[in-house]
Amino acid sequence: MAALIRMIAQRLALGVLTLFIVSVVIFFATELLPGDLASTLLGQAATPETVAALRRQLGLDLPAPVRYWNWLTSALQGDFGVSLANRRPIAELIAARLGNTIFLALYAAALAVPLALILGILAALWRNSVFDRAANAGALTAISFPEFFVAYILVLWLAQSGYFPSMVRISPVSTFGEKLYMAFLPALTLTLVVTAHMMRMTRAAIINLMAQPYIEMARLKGMSPLRIVLRHALPNALAPIINVIAINLAYLITGVVVVEVVFVYPGLGQLMVDSVSKRDIAVVQAIALIFASAYVLLNLTADVLSTLTNPRLMSKG
Amino acid sequence: MTHDLRKGALTRRGILQGATALGAAGLILPGSMRAARAEPQRGGTFRIGLGHGNTTDGYDPGLWDNLYAQVFAAARHNQLIEVDADGQLIGEIAESWESDDGKTWVFHIRQGVTFHSGKDVTVDDVIASLNHHRGEDATSAIKQFFDPVVEIRADGQSVVVTLDAPNGDFPYLMSDYHLAIMPGSDGKIDPTSTDGCGPYIVESFEPGVQASLNRNPDYWKPGRAHFDRVEILAILDSAARLNALMTGQVELIDQIDPATIGMLEARNVARIISIPGNAHYVFPMDSRAAPFNDNNVRLALKYAIDREDMVEKILGGHGAVSNDNPIGPANRYFYADMEPKSFDPDRARYYLRKAGMESLTVPLHVADAAFSGAVDAGALFAETARQAGINIDLVREPNDGYWDNVWMQKPFVASYWGGRAVEDHMFTTGYASGAAWNDSFWEHERFNELLVKARSEVDEDLRREMYQEMQRIVSFEGAVVIPMNNNYVMATALNIGTPDQISANWNLDGFRCVERWWMT
Repeated sequence: MAALIRMIAQRLALGVLTLFIVSVVIFFATELLPGDLASTLLGQAATPETVAALRRQLGLDLPAPVRYWNWLTSALQGDFGVSLANRRPIAELIAARLGNTIFLALYAAALAVPLALILGILAALWRNSVFDRAANAGALTAISFPEFFVAYILVLWLAQSGYFPSMVRISPVSTFGEKLYMAFLPALTLTLVVTAHMMRMTRAAIINLMAQPYIEMARLKGMSPLRIVLRHALPNALAPIINVIAINLAYLITGVVVVEVVFVYPGLGQLMVDSVSKRDIAVVQAIALIFASAYVLLNLTADVLSTLTNPRLMSKG
Repeated sequence: MTHDLRKGALTRRGILQGATALGAAGLILPGSMRAARAEPQRGGTFRIGLGHGNTTDGYDPGLWDNLYAQVFAAARHNQLIEVDADGQLIGEIAESWESDDGKTWVFHIRQGVTFHSGKDVTVDDVIASLNHHRGEDATSAIKQFFDPVVEIRADGQSVVVTLDAPNGDFPYLMSDYHLAIMPGSDGKIDPTSTDGCGPYIVESFEPGVQASLNRNPDYWKPGRAHFDRVEILAILDSAARLNALMTGQVELIDQIDPATIGMLEARNVARIISIPGNAHYVFPMDSRAAPFNDNNVRLALKYAIDREDMVEKILGGHGAVSNDNPIGPANRYFYADMEPKSFDPDRARYYLRKAGMESLTVPLHVADAAFSGAVDAGALFAETARQAGINIDLVREPNDGYWDNVWMQKPFVASYWGGRAVEDHMFTTGYASGAAWNDSFWEHERFNELLVKARSEVDEDLRREMYQEMQRIVSFEGAVVIPMNNNYVMATALNIGTPDQISANWNLDGFRCVERWWMT
């Protein structure tokens, strides 16, 4: 157990270092993009004088390292500052959208993870059967279509006929039930996109174990195939499955901007895209750190859970 | 809402006669605009889905740059002067205005109007609102409007603006959408405040997502602001926007893909409104650099483009052919009888030979950021130009950073203009020598001379003559290919009522759909 705690502490420290490096890379990568906030905000209407005046007002005339240092020192004090573009507090801008993004990610995960596990286990159980082939073909088809295509098909079938709204309008006063109803189509789209990966990993991990001698022993004892899979194969297959689920959860938090656009879902992805295209560096930094933290924490969780499911690793330390 | 123009002979003729011409232009608008003629009634929630709106949008009037910001601003603010559906100036916060010499303009401020916060609108607020766009530190997109302004001062209940030279069209400039009247303190407005004196009061605003507004119970205008509530949603995806309208989640959408208009009409769930205005799509050339410094090359390119085909294919017929003329049919002095330029490869070849060339290869830099369909328009242009021995090398640029790295940087690009209500405004912004947005870097002595003269010309006929000569010069000697005027195309739910006349000055009824339209 002590080893586990040491590992968590080590990984968290490394995570902080990762976040720092990410912030440096993102800052200077944004610097490399042509134009800056002043010129993109004024767009076609920019003249040299107005751009210079706006730069002066926003502090963009300072050298890049100075601006990075200023950002870092206030961020370390928990102050992410205000959006340079519309002078709103970044914490406020992000808070609501982060909530929406996490809600959608958890919603999609709540649909996709059980579905993927059940399909994967059944496919492994009835290997090479019609069911196995159909589940594989269906999942691979869903993952092969671009997300926006899946989304449009769902809109055509389920929204234009009036079953579900094509546009998600979540407000702070929406009840949980309303939210589930309104966000159903984006959640379903994401479910279709991420299920295949998890399902195939579950199937492959279990099938891999089915050739082991101890499984043969269990079978010779006369156990039912389902009990063999659930009781003997699955616990040993958990480590790779957990890792795949963690990667997919991270994807659900960070990579769903296309789905957000199609369903007009106010999540972090759209905010990130807008902020990059307007070079609103303070907002870009804050969101990049959230995304990086999501990866760091989910990977850590996956590793901890894999360790916990493996008695050999647990008893060593 | 009468305006006192008695003292200003200069402006009376200019503005009133202009208005008549525009009224006549209104008669030829398509029939689809004239449906839904019920009497306005109060009530309902008006939900608008716009293909614009960023998470970076803010409240600073100097930085409003997209339709979302513009409609949201029109819903909560008033300006000094409003452009009505016929293109005439009517008083808003300025009850009336006058000038003796075109140089000193006096705007009489309407009394008894209050901001949403309850404060009275005063002369000081107006001056602070104007000064936000003026001066050394101004970051406003319309800062150059105020370059000729020498002084802005209060005189009782009036604001007096002094210019360095006469300009009969100055009130038109004061109708610009950036010039929202906001409460001032210590001579400055707060550019992070929502407070205004317009028809609706902001309840909530999430940039790039939605804005909700409720009717201002103390709004001063009679017969305006019919909805109880307005919600403005940013729906960037055009399919999502269309779906939202068809499934009844919004009552109005903008930017309809020409390919889907027929389908929408066939379903009979929405009304398509197509308004011809002054907006136009352009291909500016850098007239300082070879080969575009030779007018023969420019003319060759102008005859090598098939304008009719482009209106048909790029605009889906919702637009009109332009004769390389930045002045549109909704302008007062539009030169309708100018000799048209049809697609004529032989003529293009002739001009090419005159320039001493047998063939020509030029790169054309395009991105859909310039206008929707710009890449396809560039491809069409290349196709027709090939028949005239001109090889247009289409370079596809990224949307991101287009206005920084391509427009006014590369010698031959695509761009657009929203069009302007007055000729002087259009020419001064885009064609005058040294103007910040003179995107063809064009210098023409006679043109620049006429521009200054026409500004203060009192005689209506002479003024018309001058503006028509200028249009001819731009069309035949300018360095901008202007193939088409694009209509403003929008679609509403069937229960939305509109006035008979919808403004051609800007999109969505001059951004004023929120206060002019109603629910039937």
